[in-house]
Amino acid sequence: MQEVPHMADAVFLALSVLTIGSAIAALEVRSLIYGSISLMGTLGGIAGYFLLLDSPFVAMFQIAVYIGSIAVLILFTVMLVRRQLIFIKVEDKRRRYAGIGLMLIMMVSLGAIILSSGIKTIQTDAPPVDFRTIGQDFLMYYWPALILMALILAASVIGALTLARREDIEDDLRTS
Amino acid sequence: MTYELVDFVIVSIALLAIGIYGVAVKRNAIRMLFAIEIIINAANLNLVAFARYIPNSQGQTFALFSIAIAAAEVAVGLALIIVAILHSPCDYCGTERKL
Repeated sequence: MQEVPHMADAVFLALSVLTIGSAIAALEVRSLIYGSISLMGTLGGIAGYFLLLDSPFVAMFQIAVYIGSIAVLILFTVMLVRRQLIFIKVEDKRRRYAGIGLMLIMMVSLGAIILSSGIKTIQTDAPPVDFRTIGQDFLMYYWPALILMALILAASVIGALTLARREDIEDDLRTS
Repeated sequence: MTYELVDFVIVSIALLAIGIYGVAVKRNAIRMLFAIEIIINAANLNLVAFARYIPNSQGQTFALFSIAIAAAEVAVGLALIIVAILHSPCDYCGTERKL
């Protein structure tokens, strides 16, 4: 993975191992509950990268939204699903090898493209963006998108509640 | 900056490839949702990394939008999975797709 010519430092290396390792574990661990816990590890590692990139606001947002709500939501859903469904794992062996091959081809080809492009020379000494600028962006220029996003979130919550309603139980209650 | 842009981009490529592997191979709806989350996170990492090195604030703004939309997507996706599990006595969603 670390094909870069210079020595990456220990924090970055540790974060890479955490993020990529727990991403693999999230997909490969047999139990879905441990899988969702290692998905939390991936999301936390990404938040760590955001901190390294001097964007603490996005990192805090990532922790609050992803680890705080999405991962917990997934965990609760996994626990609600019947137990026998969680552990059974039927997979086609050939499909799996083809998937691994696809993954390696993508990694190597995209990595080769990136490494042969001029991206390696990009460096910056500019000061990091202040989070007040992000707030100004949101409120001055992107406010229609902000309102639209709020509506989308409300619609998705209402949609999820409507989908999860048990009509059979309601009919039973109404008739009895 | 002690870090270079290419480091973050390589990590992002690795996460993208792992996510595509998951979407292509896994037969479990919740695991496919995991893989989609990993892909979305790779995209967010790219956005924030390029925004840091340009430097520009709008990459971070767009990453925040993307995180919020992903939250909505997960809520609806999990509701769909629960409905699929509740309404089907066969194990379509949990284990394998019967072809």
